[in-house]
Amino acid sequence: MATTETMTLNMGPQHPSTHGVLRLVLELDGEVVVKVTPHIGFLHRGVEKLSEHRTYHQILPLTDRLDYLAPMSNNLGYILAVEKLMAVEVPERAETIRIIMAELTRLESHLVWIACHALDIGAMTVFIYAFRERETVMELYELVSGARMTSNFFRVGGLSQDVPDEFVKKAGDFIDSMPGYLDQYEGLLTTNPIWLKRTVGNGVISAEDAIDIGLTGPALRGSGVDWDLRRDNPYSGYEKYQFKVPVGENCDTFDRYKVRLIEMREACKIVRQGLDRLKPGPVLADCPQVCYPPKENVYNSIEGLIHHFKIASEGFAAPEGEVYHGVEAPKGELGFYIVSDGGNKPERLRIRPPSFVNLQAIEQMSVGSMIADLVAVIGTLDIVLGEIDR
Amino acid sequence: MAENNRAVLKLREKFAASIIDVVEFRGEVTVTVAKDVIIDVLSFLKQSLQYNLLTDLTAVDYLGKKEERFMMVYQLYSIPNKDRLRIKTPVTEGDCRIPTATQVWKTANWLEREVYDLFGITFDNHPDLRRILMTDDWVGHPLRKDYPLQGPDREPYKGRLS
Repeated sequence: MATTETMTLNMGPQHPSTHGVLRLVLELDGEVVVKVTPHIGFLHRGVEKLSEHRTYHQILPLTDRLDYLAPMSNNLGYILAVEKLMAVEVPERAETIRIIMAELTRLESHLVWIACHALDIGAMTVFIYAFRERETVMELYELVSGARMTSNFFRVGGLSQDVPDEFVKKAGDFIDSMPGYLDQYEGLLTTNPIWLKRTVGNGVISAEDAIDIGLTGPALRGSGVDWDLRRDNPYSGYEKYQFKVPVGENCDTFDRYKVRLIEMREACKIVRQGLDRLKPGPVLADCPQVCYPPKENVYNSIEGLIHHFKIASEGFAAPEGEVYHGVEAPKGELGFYIVSDGGNKPERLRIRPPSFVNLQAIEQMSVGSMIADLVAVIGTLDIVLGEIDR
Repeated sequence: MAENNRAVLKLREKFAASIIDVVEFRGEVTVTVAKDVIIDVLSFLKQSLQYNLLTDLTAVDYLGKKEERFMMVYQLYSIPNKDRLRIKTPVTEGDCRIPTATQVWKTANWLEREVYDLFGITFDNHPDLRRILMTDDWVGHPLRKDYPLQGPDREPYKGRLS
């Protein structure tokens, strides 16, 4: 009598569809996945350890290297935690610009997601189209911060500088044309029989299981859980904006795809509301113990220069205590937990990365399916290894 | 105030003897409980008070600052009630182990592996307790305060030159 046995196959860390340095050890019965063991940590840089040795301002540039596809969301999560710890009030213009940038970041992150997800499943055209639009977002980043990816634009208490005058028009033009581009992607995918075959019924996870395993963000909403931190625990002024929170029904890859596409349309609306709301005013809080002085003071007065030097080298002492702040990053809940012992450096900075927790669901979502469907599951979880490994 | 928090009231009722501390800071409520009841407290909060999402699980090393060296931290969130609660429990260096929370939430699996990897706290009855970020043959636990920033066998970190 013939016997069968399972085969162990290594996938990654150098593999185009694992979105970075993710290594999966697969146990296969023919082409069917029996067991998935993820191995992570190839990109571990010790950000949490490094943070214990840096002042609060000096940690900021580390944060946009976590999820490098959504740098502004990481910056936002971190500075909101520090502002909560320091009880700093942020001027309205700064809050509005933060929301505009955070939603542009959501667009950018979702554009990379749809590009890579579609490419993994074999739709090359969408990849080219989505990266075309992402380029425009990168140009907007460059316009405001000087950098395309590691923006480091926000500051504790506000922004590093105001946005240039042409930003409002350029961002507005982009937002106005974005729904048309989204129609293009949908035209290529939503009713495409190959796309439907690959995504409908793939990677199913029920709402109960999704909460139990800790999924957050679009991955959780795709399973029908109506929960969005921007709406339910608003921060940075999100309560003043009107937007819908899309929810899926069938808990599969196709529903998560629809959820993210609607989120992109909603993000456009939020950016439009933000641009309309933008009024002249300061972009940095008047809180000299904590915030950097405005640049014109630094360049034109000795007091400003000394102030800048003191904040840059010594930082500020935070009160003893601990805070946690979670934001709705494009990939899920991004949380920063700061424990302060009263010094100018955190006693402990814990980053709660959405991708790390979401990746745990990969086994549950892919066991029993084909290897090719596992690739679709990796795409639909929308992971970034910089954030998983920290 | 912290004392009127719905969870604190119930916890005071049920686990009065095991509550070490209740603190409110910047609107966030933190309850510190004894280690031997931690799983009971977490299950009770999940079953009875709808704290259904374990947002985060981590540890803090208070080397030389507190009698009990480590503090385990559980960040809970209730999706139906949209509120947060933080539960902490001290772990001593001599008895560096704690029961696993994986049977309460599956989320705890990797999060506990990370604490085991970076802090060296052992989780009893964990289904798959292996290092997760560092390599399997790594020596030491990098997030402990006595682990040098530059890594082992290197010149100690002397601070930034500026």
